[in-house]
Order: sequence, then C-alpha cells, then structure tokens
Amino acid sequence: MAIVGRDLTKRFGSFTALDDVSIEVAAGSLTALLGPSGSGKSTLLRVIAGLERPETGTVELDGIDVSGHAAQKRGVGFVFQHYAAFKHMTVRENVSFGLKVRKRPRDEIRRRVDELLELVQLAGWSDHYPAQLSGGQRQRMALARALAVEPKVLLLDEPFGALDARVRKELRGWLRRLHDEMHVTTIFVTHDQEEAMEIADQIVLMNHGRVEQVGGPRELYEEPANEFVMSFVGPVNRFGESFVRPHDLELRIEPNGETTAGKVERIIHLGFEVRVELQLEDGRDCWAQVTREEAEQLELAPGGKIFVRPRREKIFQS
Amino acid sequence: MGLATAYLSLIVLLPLAALVWHAGKAGRSGFWEAVSDPQAVSALKLTLAVSAVVCLVNAVMGTVVAWILVRDRFPGQGVVNAIIDLPFALPTIVAGLTLLALYGPNGPVGVNVAFSRTAVFLALLFVTLPFVIRTVQPVLLELDRDMEEAAASLGAGPLLTFRHIVFPNVFPAILSGVALAFARAIGEFGAVVLISGNLPFKTEVASVFIFGQIESGDAPGAAAVSVVILFISFAVLLAIGALRRLTTRHDRA
Amino acid sequence: MHRWVLRALGLSYLGVLLAAPVGLVFWRTFEHGVGPAWDAVTTPAAKHAFVVTITIAAIAVPANTIFGVICALAIVRRRFPGKGILNALVDLPLALSPVVVGLAFLLLYGRNGWFGSWLTEHGVQIVFALPGMILVTIFVSLPFVVREVVPVLHEIGTEQEQAAATLGASGFQTFRRVTLPAIRWAVGYGVVLTTARALGEFGAVSVVSGHVVGKTETMTLHVEESYQSFDYVGAYAASVVLALLAISTLLAMSLFKPKEEIR
Repeated sequence: MAIVGRDLTKRFGSFTALDDVSIEVAAGSLTALLGPSGSGKSTLLRVIAGLERPETGTVELDGIDVSGHAAQKRGVGFVFQHYAAFKHMTVRENVSFGLKVRKRPRDEIRRRVDELLELVQLAGWSDHYPAQLSGGQRQRMALARALAVEPKVLLLDEPFGALDARVRKELRGWLRRLHDEMHVTTIFVTHDQEEAMEIADQIVLMNHGRVEQVGGPRELYEEPANEFVMSFVGPVNRFGESFVRPHDLELRIEPNGETTAGKVERIIHLGFEVRVELQLEDGRDCWAQVTREEAEQLELAPGGKIFVRPRREKIFQS
Repeated sequence: MGLATAYLSLIVLLPLAALVWHAGKAGRSGFWEAVSDPQAVSALKLTLAVSAVVCLVNAVMGTVVAWILVRDRFPGQGVVNAIIDLPFALPTIVAGLTLLALYGPNGPVGVNVAFSRTAVFLALLFVTLPFVIRTVQPVLLELDRDMEEAAASLGAGPLLTFRHIVFPNVFPAILSGVALAFARAIGEFGAVVLISGNLPFKTEVASVFIFGQIESGDAPGAAAVSVVILFISFAVLLAIGALRRLTTRHDRA
Repeated sequence: MHRWVLRALGLSYLGVLLAAPVGLVFWRTFEHGVGPAWDAVTTPAAKHAFVVTITIAAIAVPANTIFGVICALAIVRRRFPGKGILNALVDLPLALSPVVVGLAFLLLYGRNGWFGSWLTEHGVQIVFALPGMILVTIFVSLPFVVREVVPVLHEIGTEQEQAAATLGASGFQTFRRVTLPAIRWAVGYGVVLTTARALGEFGAVSVVSGHVVGKTETMTLHVEESYQSFDYVGAYAASVVLALLAISTLLAMSLFKPKEEIR
C-alpha cells in the first residue's frame, strides 16, 4: 500500500508542527521519519494514522483519499512509544482485541493469536498481564496486536525509545527481519540517526516541521542537501564555508602545500577507531577519525605538530 | 507516639467500647427485642434500600460529571469543579433546608416531595454527590490516552473503547467512591431530618429512629440498633473492598 | 456530538441538585430585604449560637491539627505493632453516623454512662454542656489532617530529613525547618476540611447538647430550632451565614488543594 501525503499543515495553538509537508512512501518499503524533537515527525505519523486532523492537505492510502476518515477506518496498525498496552487485559486479550472488534469467529482468533505470539516470541506468556512483562516484551506484544488485524500499513512512533540500549539494538534488527518476512508498508519515527541508517530503505529527514531531505541512508550521508542534514546524519567539522567529515581529514607528518598546520590536543582510543582532537594554527578546533594502524604509523602524541588536509569537503549554497 | 495513642483512645476507642457494651447490657433477649422492633426494622430497610439506590445513581452520574470535568473543556469549568465540594463544606442541616426550600411546599417550581421517600432519596443524593466524582477524577486524569488511541487504531469506536478500555480501568475507583458514599448515606441525619418528616414506617431513616430512641430514654435500645448498622456497614465495606482488589489484580506484577 | 449530551446531562444534574437549592436559599433570605435578614441573624439566641460554634471550632481544629501531624508522623515514619489498627481507627469517624457518635459519648460521659457517676461526684458536666459538644466535634473532624498529611509524608521520603541530620540538625530542628515546610500545604488543606466539618456538625451535637436555647446551641442547631418554631426567616438567615462560611471554605479548599483535578 503506497502512502501519499500532500501539503500537510498542522498547528497546535501558535506552534506549527507541520509546515506544508508532502511525502511519498512506496508500497512494501521500510521508511524512517528522522529528526530532532519538535521536528514534526510524530505529528506526521499521527496525521497519516488519522489520530490527528491536519489543517490543510490530504492523505492517500493506496490511491484512496482517507483524509476524512477517522483512525478506526484507515486500516493502519499503530505502535506507541510507551506500548499503550491494555493493562487490564492479558497478553492474549490484548492481541485479540482488534479481531474481537471485527467480530471474527473465536477459533480463528485463537489460531491467529497463537501464530502471532510465536512470531514475536511470546508464546508462553499469553495469560500474563502487561505489568508482568519487560519493556521489550510489551513492545513485541504491541506489535503482535497491531499485526493481528493484517493492517495494510504499519506505523511505529519511536517504538524503541523507552527501552534500554541493548534491547533497542536487538529489537531494531528484529523489526527489519520481520519486515523482510511480511512486506507490510512500514513507517517508523526515530530521533536516532544510527537506527534509521541501519534498517530503513528510505529516510525522510525533518526539521522544524519541514522535510529537509528524502533518500536512502547512503544518499543522505554522502550527498546531504544542506548543513542540517550533513550534521544530523553524521559527525562534521566546520571550516568557514565548508564542511568536512572527520574520517575525510587526512593527517600527515609533513606538509605538502595543501595542508594546514595544527597541534594535537587529545587522542582518544575507542577500540578500532581513534579520535584525534586538534587545534589548527588559526585557532580553530576540529577532530579527525583515523584507524588504529594510521594512528600508530603517524606516532601521534598530545602536543605534537601535525598537518591536516580535507580529502572531501562540502560547501552549501545558502 | 504514646501521646497519639492516648488521644485516640480517649476520643475514639472508649466511646465506641461504651456503645458496644451498652448494646449488650440488656442481654441477648433485650438486644434482639430492640433490634427486631418493627419500627426499627422498617427504618433499617428504608435506609439500606434508599442508600443502595443513591449509590447506583452516584456511580453513573458521578462518572459522567468526572468525565466532563476531565475530558471536556467549557467556560466555568473551574467553578463547577469547586462547587462539587459544596456538600462537604455545607452543614447537613443547611443542605436539608435548601432542598426543602426548592422541592418542598412553597417551592417555586411547584414540586413538593416533602415528607416522602423521594425526599430521603434527594437528601442522601445531595450529601453523597462528591464521593464518586472525586475518586474517579484522578484516575481519569492519569489514564493513559495511548490505550484509547490504540483501541481506535485497531478499529474500535468511542462506545466500544469506553466499554473495553476506559470503564475497566475506572471501575475500581467507582467502587471506592460508592463505598464512601454508602457509609455516608446510611448514617446521614441532618440533611434528612427536616425534609423527610420522619414518619415512622414511611420516611424514618435509621439515624432518626436511633435519635428518637435516645430522646425517649431507651439508650440500650438505641445502642443495639446502632451496633447493627455498624455491622452492616462494616460488612458492605469489606465486600466492596474485596471486589475492588479483585478488579485491580492486573496491577500487581 | 455525544460530548454535548454528556455535558448537558452532567451540568443539569449539578444544577438541579446543587446550584438551584443553594441559590434559592440566598434568594429567600433576602426576599424581604436585607433588614429583616439582619435582624433575624442578630437576635441574642443567634448571636450566642454563633459564639458557641466558633468556640467549639477554635478548640477542635487546633487540637486535631496538632494530633493529626503527630499521628501522621507516627504512621509514616515509625514501625510499631498495631499500626494497621491505628490507621483504621483514624478513619473510623468518617464511617459512623453522627447520631451514633453522639450516643456513644452519652454512654460514656452521661449520667448513666461509664464515667457518669465519677463525673457527677466531682461536679463535672460534660454532656448537655459545652465540653461534650467539643469532644464530639473533635471526634467527627479527627481524620482530615492525618489523611491529607500521610500521603505527602510518604511521597517526600526521608532523604531530606536524613540530610538535615547529617548536617547536625536535632529532631525538632529538622521537623521545623525541613518536614513542616514540606507538608504545610497538606496541613493547610486538612485544616480547611477540619474547620468545615467542625462548623457544620449537627447530628452528634444534637444528641449531646440538650438543646438549651441560648446556652448549648450551635448555629446548626439554631437553624433547626428556628425552622421548627416557624421562624423561617431566622432559619434561612442563619443558613446563609453558614453557607457563606461554607463558600469561604470552598475557596480556601481551591487554594490549598493539590493542583491536579483539572488539567
């Protein structure tokens, strides 16, 4: 199911959450809405779901204009950051809720719920209450619940935001594998660029209620449209008008005409990568990212003199 | 510490002990006689019946009012929220008088319920008004709206969402409010005493009957009936408490 | 759409049951002008009833406040056997009919009561006199300060008090400088509730007072007495005074109340 949003504007009082936003999501893809807090990404998701009504603009699901439809009628599955588990119902009752609402026969519900609980690895927990589950388990239950009614679109609002780092990484990969198996058009919201880069087919980067750039992870990283995109999607050094990625800063022991002189301030060893913090002769601070071997070869030491040359830099027209 | 216990014993425990002791003073037969007196039984039946109905009305209307105070937005909402507490603040005798003024003889709307069971009902409804509202409000406020949105995204309309999502979570609070309302209603005196006319076998509630017994000098008889009311009240509160614990078992991880 | 239905339902319920009756009493009182109302409320009996009411409250409220804070501290901060019973006892006055309360005190301090003979011997009159009325008022208004302070004490925890101790503060200093400021809104709210209850008590004092006009009548008893003697203006006027006190209480409640109930 392809999703098209056109010219969507949403205001909360005097705050403009979405400013004339248009978006196109291909059927069967996994898209990330990425951006800092307040960028409008959750609002956009909720507008697509029908949980918010935009001031202007339309939403089409598979070619049908659903702008006038309430959330109930859109056939979207929604997963919330804080799970929204029905805390007074067991896991089984939670997952069967959507099917009960649609008055499916009892054995069909039972079969489907068992299937889904297997899929999300909660098979033994069907008679437990959400309060007895861990955060990761609750979120898997929420996913099963959303998938139970075979939605044409799956929307996830910062689904792993409330979980700790390790569980987050696990579930992230798990979501990608699930998507590869089920091919449901999926959009998820995140403020974590690493998460988006790792699993999304397409990233929609937003800021202040506007779309900054749309593209695959590689495209956003290597061909950023502007300064915001470049610095959001990866680390960046700024030299006046140009922007250089730390791993694009070449470090040399001898100058070669194109280099600038600098002094090593600090060397930080982060496993495979070594981070070298420098101060250039004109007073600017920057940092370079080199491998362990390169650092050893250069025999870097704090206070030592070093020469710096950007291999690649980007300049943006204003 | 010891101070607190001493104060409490003097003020609370001793009088109650005296009450229970005097109730038994006339022996088992005396107790039974006082308690099975037809007028006493009639008063008890009336009190329990009207209190039950009042609690039912409160359960429904209290939830409605709590809902519009939490989920709705209208001018004067703050004032409405404040006057809910009026029955707490207003002396019960004044409450009875105000109801009498409006719904009694010489009332401007031509409705006269004075000296009827409806009067008892109205009076008890007035004094128990805040209880369910105040227990339900905080729960409604705390209620995770996400759950309702999740239900909507799964296809449930507003009625289904209320029935399956909101109500089960609000029900324990309604029960708490009903328990408080019931305890208050069966013991109410001041609000009822003017408007009901206190007609024996018709509109006389238990507390008025007990008052009558005291005035006519039959203190042990009054004590006996008091003990019965205490016992019933205690039993009902225990039952409601158990029901409440049952409906919140999902909260205990 | 259903929003409007609910709103209409809820508001008309409140209007019919609450607003209209109270509004009418105000109207009835001043129906014939402020003069007659003022006269009715400044008769010797009425004035005396006012003094009695205020006196009782002036004793009951501070007593229950001090006791309430001490009791709350004991319940939250100390371990001792029978704590559960203490808790239940504190709540008991809320569950009892005022008439039963009055009866219990009669059976304790009355002529045929447990202490009856001892009191008569020493010429001390408790029931059918002011002391008895004060005692029952203390009883019925007992729980409020405790119930408001206990949850707050739970919530603020002991860390601040422990910090004060490590900085050298004595028990009393800690209480005055750390604990008390933290609980003062809860205490304030509890005091307001206690006062409202004390001013409005009717059933228990009715049993225990003996109804001697001009001597052992509170304002609430005076309202009943006036009504029974067909002095309707008097009854309404006294009611208005009590209602005004109640409304001030409501205002005070709104000020002190934990700001939660309306978003």
